[in-house]
Amino acid sequence: MLRAIVTVMLKKGIFDPQGRAVHNGLESIGFEGVKQVRVGKQLEIDLNLTDRAEAKKMVDEMCDKMLANPVVESFSYEITEV
Amino acid sequence: MNWGVLLLPGSNCAEDCFHAVDQVLGQPVRYLWHKDTDLGDVDAIIIPGGFSYGDHLRPGAIAHLSPAMTSVKAFAEKGGLVIGICNGFQILTESRMLPGALLQNKGLKFLCQDQTLRVENNSTAFTSEYEAGDVIICPIAHNEGNYYAKAETIEEMEANGQVLFRYSSPDGEVSDATNPNGSINNIAGIINRNGNVVGMMPHPERSADSVLGLSAGKGVFVSMLKHLEAVNS
Repeated sequence: MLRAIVTVMLKKGIFDPQGRAVHNGLESIGFEGVKQVRVGKQLEIDLNLTDRAEAKKMVDEMCDKMLANPVVESFSYEITEV
Repeated sequence: MNWGVLLLPGSNCAEDCFHAVDQVLGQPVRYLWHKDTDLGDVDAIIIPGGFSYGDHLRPGAIAHLSPAMTSVKAFAEKGGLVIGICNGFQILTESRMLPGALLQNKGLKFLCQDQTLRVENNSTAFTSEYEAGDVIICPIAHNEGNYYAKAETIEEMEANGQVLFRYSSPDGEVSDATNPNGSINNIAGIINRNGNVVGMMPHPERSADSVLGLSAGKGVFVSMLKHLEAVNS
């Protein structure tokens, strides 16, 4: 079986209030030197496939159609054997 | 004129929209089920607010792929009037029927309050009952209402008069202080280039019936009705 681990992040330059809140939180508990925090999403998708090329094609399509909104988000993924 | 209110799993403002058309406008209205692709002979479609598909992934991300939305898109491409309110606006941006996206509120809080809006463009099928510069009160209730689009898109929309409503003070002043959610240029509602698809975060259906204490939202539905009557006469 193959597993796709998809990461979806807000595009660079788009303000991420959640990241800002986490950043403030880290500073408030004493972590200094944090430059920036951005919060994204990770999706773990198990596929009943063995062919990596096929899996890649499918995950690309999933990201384009639903998992990421290209207006505000970018995505990346890794495919591993499980 | 026949109106349709789209029902998605998790819509929670559908009955208010139905009431606005049925009781306030006195027009025939029915629900459109999300799995149906046959919309019948509707003249206008309302995509109501709520939490379609639990807002999972992103608000509207799953809803905009529902079978009925394919038909709503085709209806809009033929010039049919479509208005998406709150979650409906998010669904319309997800489906690319409207530009931009709705991000999480800048203050990270769910906002639920009466909101003053300034009417920007009254030369549309959705706003003709107002005067440009009118200030109306419409409730907002959202967590992701922070309107975002690329700078070029915003510039184009502003130049084309596609911004219909802005968050303002009661005297119509628009500034950062009157921006509840971080939306670019205080944008609360927009229209597409063709002038037949509108998305707005505030809820005109919650301020359409004077028995609720607010009635300025009624203008949106009356404008739509007058437009439909004019083009069908």
